[in-house]
Amino acid sequence: MSTVALPSTTSRTAIAAPTARTLRQRLRRFAEAAVTPLELDDVLDVFHPLRSGAELRGRIVAVHPETADATTLVIKPGKDWAGHVPGQYVRIGVDVDGVRLWRTYSLTHGPRADRCISITVKAIPDGVVSNHLVHRVRPGTMLQLGQAEGDFVLADPMPGKLLMVTAGSGITPVIGMLRSLFSRAERVRADIVVLHSALSRSEVIFGDELRRYAAEGRLRLVELHTDVDGMLDVADLDTIVPDLAERTTYACGPVGLLDALEQHHTERGLALHIERFRSAVVVTGEGGTVSFGRTGTLVEAAGDTPILDAAEEAGVLMPSGCRMGICFGCVLPLRSGAVRDLRNGALTVANPGETGDGGVLIQTCVNAAAGACDIDH
Amino acid sequence: MTALQKKSDNPIAHLSAEDIELLGKQLDEIRQEVLEARGESDAAYIRKVISVQRKLELGSRAVLLASIFPPAWIVGTAGLSVAKILENMEIGHNILHGQWDWMRDPKIHSTTWEWDHVTPAEQWKHSHNELHHTYTNVIGKDNDLGYGIMRVDEDQPWHPFFLVQPFWNFVNACFFEYGIAAYDLELGANIKRKKTKDPEFKARVSQVLKKVRKQATKDYLVHPALSLPTGSFLPTLAANFTANIVRNLWSHSIIMCGHFPEGVETFEKRSIDGETRGEWYLRQMLGSANISGGKAMHVMSGNLSHQIEHHLFPDLPSNRYAEIAPKVRELFEKNGLNYHSAPFPKQVASAWHKVIRLSLPNGWLATTNAKNAVPQLKMLYTMTTGGPRVRRAAQARLNQQARRASQAA
Repeated sequence: MSTVALPSTTSRTAIAAPTARTLRQRLRRFAEAAVTPLELDDVLDVFHPLRSGAELRGRIVAVHPETADATTLVIKPGKDWAGHVPGQYVRIGVDVDGVRLWRTYSLTHGPRADRCISITVKAIPDGVVSNHLVHRVRPGTMLQLGQAEGDFVLADPMPGKLLMVTAGSGITPVIGMLRSLFSRAERVRADIVVLHSALSRSEVIFGDELRRYAAEGRLRLVELHTDVDGMLDVADLDTIVPDLAERTTYACGPVGLLDALEQHHTERGLALHIERFRSAVVVTGEGGTVSFGRTGTLVEAAGDTPILDAAEEAGVLMPSGCRMGICFGCVLPLRSGAVRDLRNGALTVANPGETGDGGVLIQTCVNAAAGACDIDH
Repeated sequence: MTALQKKSDNPIAHLSAEDIELLGKQLDEIRQEVLEARGESDAAYIRKVISVQRKLELGSRAVLLASIFPPAWIVGTAGLSVAKILENMEIGHNILHGQWDWMRDPKIHSTTWEWDHVTPAEQWKHSHNELHHTYTNVIGKDNDLGYGIMRVDEDQPWHPFFLVQPFWNFVNACFFEYGIAAYDLELGANIKRKKTKDPEFKARVSQVLKKVRKQATKDYLVHPALSLPTGSFLPTLAANFTANIVRNLWSHSIIMCGHFPEGVETFEKRSIDGETRGEWYLRQMLGSANISGGKAMHVMSGNLSHQIEHHLFPDLPSNRYAEIAPKVRELFEKNGLNYHSAPFPKQVASAWHKVIRLSLPNGWLATTNAKNAVPQLKMLYTMTTGGPRVRRAAQARLNQQARRASQAA
């Protein structure tokens, strides 16, 4: 009997589904016709920017200071947030002085009951975005979000013995993993060592929480404070963690530490997972090679010549207009690298992975290359 | 109006090349000050205007669902007219200029914005930003001068055809968005040059037609249809039509005030060969006119009431023009230049006066008064019906009369 019933149910849904879709599509088409030249989403955004179907955004619902220069932001993401695994990071677009800038931050919680996500930001000297997020944003601020990314996550099944090596804000992806583990109803049977290096005791982000976990016997915490203990030296690892060889290491921190750790572990064939926060710093010298991504053309551009002129001299067909910086007819996306505005020396930098998918749009007629740059054209 | 280079009392004769370059530097400094101050409050401003405009438009259209009731029709039409004006002037025009590109918000960017206008943004940006703003008031290069259908300068020979130009100008004002579309397509020139079969031109025409269809479907079909339940199909259609006309008349008037009032200079084509940045600035200063007035005037004109500041710095956010206007004006005074600014009715009247004056033979309007009206009209009739030789002879007489009149004065 069931064999007869099944096909009939299937065929009913098969017929019903397209009709429902068509009706929905028709309604949408009608609504689009009513609001053109806007898109329906632009109108709906005015009222409900976090709805399903909108571009992914989030609203800051709480701001908690962690240390003097680190702050946790609790963000309510839009309905289309697809979830994340602790240890992953998220791209965040924030308007600083009216300019949208993108950065990536590790998520510092596992999935939460209130569906919110959190990031913890440490202000770095001269960091435009980090200082804004740490010291200036208030609850209610809207942010642009990407979906969670990254493969710095605990393996499944989880290794029995773990070593977490973190320094400074490198604790952020790891605290996400720990919180997620320790919030489970069933107590996790894992042997975890957290080796954390910070400038001083008061600089340790999540210091109280980590010490509480240690006191509860959930993990062994080794704190190194640079002001008294000096910097972490990988040569000391064997002394600090005698059973190092039995552990899977997860590490996140400054480039120097990670490079040293990578070399150390590779030489001994030990398991290591690394999370790097930033790619290499962009060189801001004058002039440089401009590459045009789509055609593969390379152009040597001088520091005092507009990219438009340099490219045209090299035979590249470029969009152009007034050639004096007023008409925006020459705008192209800068995927990576830096350019300098010849009118006032202002530097525009594009960092792949941080800058939005479309790159940074620049006026080629008034900008010169400041180091190697890649232009999408 | 005569091209500045042909004037006997050239208003820039007293400026040396060094003066002009210094002026350019001082204007660059003003620009730089705004760039440095530009930030969060500016971003908040444009987002606020966009949000207010969207709510006003939706609210007005909601009221028009019951437009069969006269009060609803009046309120809805007024609201929609204002919304459409805001959308075109303070929002669309300025975003398409790239004034807000620095925010790096892809939703408010010159490369992604589309506006409530039958001209596709892409085509308008070319004819407006590249041609009009680069070649401002250069005869034969800047089509904004008379949109290719009007006599805008004494040096253009008069022809009886121009007698109807005040009428043309009015029709163009009513359907201004279509006029702009035709002008962005360079329709006249392309027909004259028999280029209408050109695939690139055909592609642009089809873009325009697609946009026209979308715009018309919205205003004359979808929204009237939504009003059917209250029996308001026709009233809503009429309301939308009215709002479009109001918006067209308003934007046409504002734009006429920007470059057309009496006393605004025009330039010869060859005068811009090898033009320096300072000279370009100077041309913008002399070729534009402001409208004085309050905040409402500035917002509703998209801050084109600060046409001079806008032409000097077309890429600065419009909300900053008011604050730099006194500094710009000071530079005008220091350099002995005329900062052309007057209230809206005065500028509109002045612009229309010029349209009418130039629709008639040179000197005709100036030499005509109540006493000699009959012989003057007779002469105009002869000039209109006669051939080129008759016109030349009559014109010579008119010039003589005008000379005498000016000598007497």
